[in-house]
Amino acid sequence: MSDLLLPLPILIAFATAILAFFFRSGPEGRWISVAGSVAMLIAAAMLLSQVLTDGIQVAQMGTWAAPFGITLVADTLSAVMVVITGITGLAVAVYATADISPEMEESGYHALFQVLIAGVSGAFLTGDLFNLYVWFEVMLIASFGLLVLGGRRVQMDAGIKYVTLNLISTIMFLSGIGLLYGVTGTLNMADLHQKVQAADPGLVTVIATLFLVGFGIKSAVFPLFFWLPAAYHTPAFSVSAVFAGLLTKVGVYAMMRMFTLVFTQDIGWTHGLMLWVAVATMITGVLGAAAQTDFRRILSFHIVSQIGYMVLGLALLTPLALMGAVFYLVHHIIVKANLFLVSGVANRIAGSTEIDHIGGLYRGAPLLAFLFLVPAFSLAGFPPLSGFWAKYVLVKASLDLELWLVAAAALAVGLMTIYSMTKIWGRAFWKPHPGGTVPSLGSLSASERFFLLSPIAGLAILTVVIGLFPEPFVQVATRAAEELLDPSAYVTAVLGAPVTEVAE
Amino acid sequence: MEFLVALMCGVMVAAAVYLMLARNVLRFLFGLILISNAANLLIFASGGLTPESPPLIEYGMDAPPEGVANALPQALVLTAIVIGFGLFAFALVLVYRAYQTMGTLDSDEMRLAEPEDRA
Repeated sequence: MSDLLLPLPILIAFATAILAFFFRSGPEGRWISVAGSVAMLIAAAMLLSQVLTDGIQVAQMGTWAAPFGITLVADTLSAVMVVITGITGLAVAVYATADISPEMEESGYHALFQVLIAGVSGAFLTGDLFNLYVWFEVMLIASFGLLVLGGRRVQMDAGIKYVTLNLISTIMFLSGIGLLYGVTGTLNMADLHQKVQAADPGLVTVIATLFLVGFGIKSAVFPLFFWLPAAYHTPAFSVSAVFAGLLTKVGVYAMMRMFTLVFTQDIGWTHGLMLWVAVATMITGVLGAAAQTDFRRILSFHIVSQIGYMVLGLALLTPLALMGAVFYLVHHIIVKANLFLVSGVANRIAGSTEIDHIGGLYRGAPLLAFLFLVPAFSLAGFPPLSGFWAKYVLVKASLDLELWLVAAAALAVGLMTIYSMTKIWGRAFWKPHPGGTVPSLGSLSASERFFLLSPIAGLAILTVVIGLFPEPFVQVATRAAEELLDPSAYVTAVLGAPVTEVAE
Repeated sequence: MEFLVALMCGVMVAAAVYLMLARNVLRFLFGLILISNAANLLIFASGGLTPESPPLIEYGMDAPPEGVANALPQALVLTAIVIGFGLFAFALVLVYRAYQTMGTLDSDEMRLAEPEDRA
């Protein structure tokens, strides 16, 4: 059963991509994309429920036994991430039906989007290091295409920075894989967990640092984040929403996986470095946002800042902190994708994303204003929204370790986040429109209104639900954190019990 | 032998970094291609260099004899080369399009996405 269920989300996304490509010249493509996203979300949910009832699911591709073949593994963290990918994918696919122009559809937007979703799901599900590299590339090439789709001049400029810096990260990652293979002779992550113990610790630490830099660029941590705020405000709004929600989080996920399963031999150096990187990331991100006046650029810098919180959870490496990091990951994907979707509607009805050039959204579109307020407050960490619990857990985890400075930084950054959110609120929503007009949702057709606003409302409701009933989500996150901290279950699930049945 | 290949990797990385420090985006791209090939070579070398013993399985046996070359790094390198080829083809077209639309390849002048005078 798990042999079929594990690759299913990836297969559905790829199949949808192929179908959507053939129907790209008409309106059918977008509905294929929506239907595929629904199917993918259902498959992901089935996978998660199976993981929650039966424990870690493993499938060996091509019936090659681990560690020789390619293994797909779904532990709680992977399954949760695939579900959240499905949710984001569905929300953005629905939004895209009204947001993406026919010209962009003609150039294959929906196919690229589904390939991106396949790449992201693959990266979450793989249990093989080189396979992870391949999924990264699948994701990357799709994101390159999506980023420059439309071909405006800013997009070319952003594209160059995004493409080149991400390629450097890929090369770092690839070199790390090569060296790690040279040292251990295996690429299966569970097998690596065992083989690394016997390897020269100094060499492994060097390789770990190489991985840290590679994943650091991918997940946009300080001081490697410059490509992100240079690029995320230029593509179509659907594209920037899915980028903001998912792409950097794949880097964080990879970091979480590698630095709990494989690289735990020198925690003082790797996780100590991560701790200060995390603090610096939180602070620079939020300060960068304070200096911006473009809706999407403010949000982009906040992605950087929020990545800091997740890396912080990983760096502290206590059960509570890791739980917080997992919770934050889920919360952040929902909220951030949502805020980018809101910025798209604001641009549509008010004419710009430059917050000095727009205004009056509160008067003209109170519904949109409310839908902005929910994720914005959640991002800043207001109770009772999801961001409050995420921040609360991480602050508590750092206080438990008596890292007063770190906790203070996390709290101060939360405060600064409110500053940026109120800046958007004050200038884009509250003050009158400088052009004298009152932007209104009425300027959209009824179907556009529905397809643009329903994903926003859905994600906002999800934030509120997580905030009001955090208990089940905390339980799942706790379980994911426990599995990360004690990889023996993961290793046994992939390689079989230590003595018996290594190969079939 | 390993030492020589390692040295070659080092020289390639050094040359690549030198190219990547240039302001001209095309030079940067050449540096990127060079460093990606250095990474490929690194994978090849880190798998161990075993000359003159191809990983062939004798007829009727189900495992190769001891001490043959490890074929896996070469398979990895092949995959990486193919992927790299696709990515660089894209990057080259992107740089060309960027040159067409912006009229420059000087990275200092590429400030469209991040304009300079922003308070």
